[in-house]
Amino acid sequence: MKEKTKKLSGAEIIVRTLIEENVDTVFGYPGGQILHIYDELQKKRRHIRHILTAHEQGAAHAADGFARTTGKVGVVIATSGPGASNLVTGIATAYLDSVPMVAITGNVPTDQIGRDSFQELDIADITMPITKHNYIVKDIRELHRILKEAFAIAREGRCGPVLVDIPKDIQIAKTEFTPVSLPEKNQPEPSEDELSSAAAIIESAERPFIYCGGGVVSAGAGELVKELSEKIDAPCGASLMGLSAIEHDFPSMLGLTGMHGHPFATRSMKSADVIIAIGARFTDRATGAHGEIVKDAQIVQIDIDPAEVDKNVKDAAYVIGEIRPVLTALLERIRPQKHPEWKKTVASLPYRKKAENDDKLTPYKIIDAVADYSRGLSIITDVGQHQMWTAQRYPISGERSFLTSGGLGTMGFGMGAAIGASIAKGGKRCVLFTGDGSFGMNLTELATAVSYKIPLVIIIMNNKSLGMVREWQNAMFGRESQSALERKTDFTLLAKAFGADGAKVKTVSELDAALKRAFDPKNTLPFVIDCDIMPNETTVTD
Amino acid sequence: MNNKFVLGVLVSNQYGVLMRVTSLFARRGFNIDSLTVGETEDRAYSRITITATGDDATKEQIIKQLRKLHDVIKIDLMPPETTVIRELMLIKLRATGQTRGEILDAVNVFRCKVVDFTPDELCIEMTGQSSKIDAFIDFVAPYGIIEMCRTGVVALERGSGSLINRGNE
Repeated sequence: MKEKTKKLSGAEIIVRTLIEENVDTVFGYPGGQILHIYDELQKKRRHIRHILTAHEQGAAHAADGFARTTGKVGVVIATSGPGASNLVTGIATAYLDSVPMVAITGNVPTDQIGRDSFQELDIADITMPITKHNYIVKDIRELHRILKEAFAIAREGRCGPVLVDIPKDIQIAKTEFTPVSLPEKNQPEPSEDELSSAAAIIESAERPFIYCGGGVVSAGAGELVKELSEKIDAPCGASLMGLSAIEHDFPSMLGLTGMHGHPFATRSMKSADVIIAIGARFTDRATGAHGEIVKDAQIVQIDIDPAEVDKNVKDAAYVIGEIRPVLTALLERIRPQKHPEWKKTVASLPYRKKAENDDKLTPYKIIDAVADYSRGLSIITDVGQHQMWTAQRYPISGERSFLTSGGLGTMGFGMGAAIGASIAKGGKRCVLFTGDGSFGMNLTELATAVSYKIPLVIIIMNNKSLGMVREWQNAMFGRESQSALERKTDFTLLAKAFGADGAKVKTVSELDAALKRAFDPKNTLPFVIDCDIMPNETTVTD
Repeated sequence: MNNKFVLGVLVSNQYGVLMRVTSLFARRGFNIDSLTVGETEDRAYSRITITATGDDATKEQIIKQLRKLHDVIKIDLMPPETTVIRELMLIKLRATGQTRGEILDAVNVFRCKVVDFTPDELCIEMTGQSSKIDAFIDFVAPYGIIEMCRTGVVALERGSGSLINRGNE
């Protein structure tokens, strides 16, 4: 009872609420308007570990990578002004991929707001379209409730980022602290009508196809999807975000569909008569700008977000709700189906090619070689050609083991995300596939990885160009523009300058030697492998 | 098929709520024809009335996307047949000795009110359905409109129901 009348400062309330929300790790960067929170974090460092990055963007991506790996809310902290605006790309990345995140920013004291004070920025205004919700705390009595709400909003329903902007005077002010507990919001049960019309269409299918999106990964519903696939005898494909929903060697898993997908996966999706889309939003990259890849099929959509129904394509049936209960209910209703002809057609489509057996480095050979060392580890990518090659080729295992910026396509996502993923796994080794373009964007986070002894293996697919840009330019204009990277960066020396290690490799045997060093269990430092590949490699598969 | 429709949106009376709504329209590429906002009988809530134009799919998306905003409490699609819809206009017209009588006749027929009067100008206040206001503007335009402004639509459902008390659909 004493507790109720105890006066706490804003900073104390913030850290206390974080602990209450089971936050054990935060990522961030201090600055003038957030000093009080940092001082409080220092006092509570045995409860919450703070990871200092090299740049706020890296901190945001790290919180994102932490959240994608654990399913918990990732927390990032930054100061006002540039600290806050440096978070923007990271918050947008999390928003487009529905990742739960709470971003806490300091701001100038309330009486200084609106005067163009030093490092003043209206970050709530800026992040309005890229957060599920955001707050400016103007009254310390609301601080605790707002933070509790922020966590609840970030993780309920379709997950996403929430920003809480806290002016400096609110961090300093004291108030009588009364703990708040928010009413638990239960997702409504799936509707009987929706379930029965979805089940009827699925049972009527002759050529069913299951299309997994990121929602399956967030819901942890991979096992149920596999059960459904077996029960209705349907092949499965995945969007980039849904790739780690089902492990690559599940017999019915065809892998990535869409613009950069496996032609056999996309072709079978195209020839399906019923597509069961689970936690997928039919983006232009996955199914064509106007759903061309799925236009001949009846679509049964399962999603937690009602706004996804009929947004990008027209559904024949849909079920709104948490994916797990919906799939459980559907599995109870649907009688087992057999489609031997359809499975035979799918199986006869040209499957993935074997890589040639010579010493020349190609993207697929690099991925195959890395995969031999990295079974069971988290795989992170940056954005560009290497991302598509990894999505196409890497033998992805288990849920939450493949982290990539799918929606926003953020080059520079990888370093921060890989650090976050590794921290989430207690400092375990993770593998980052990146390109010479993407790596160039946030390579300063090597400093972070070194100081926290994070043994990342960083594979740079170095084609001395912005490969994806170049690929599109050649396809659209027949010429290139500003996509060649005629840089002289020595990534091995660079790694060493940061206190890490690295090697440049030009052949498969050199790569193998480098991988042995990189994956040495005694090695606790990041290891950069700069792989020379041909600039003319493309992501179009045949 | 594009149609005009009216939405009644009950929102928490919070910082930035109007911007959240308008920013959502802008970023999703929906068009707003008119938007009005004001307090309700309960000070915790404001009510936004939006008129927009779009096909059924757009209309559905607007409603679902608005529903996702944390500050949006309830949304009602307000069908014209069961809704009282009103708009207010102030319009300043050139009026000479010759034309004043004709304009005043129109003011009577359209049941509007003269609120300011100078030797060469008349300022008229008018409330009604938007279509009636449009018709009045068409009629008086040839006399010369000096300036005008319209509030946009406010709308309430006929009968004893209310947006605040109605259960979620």
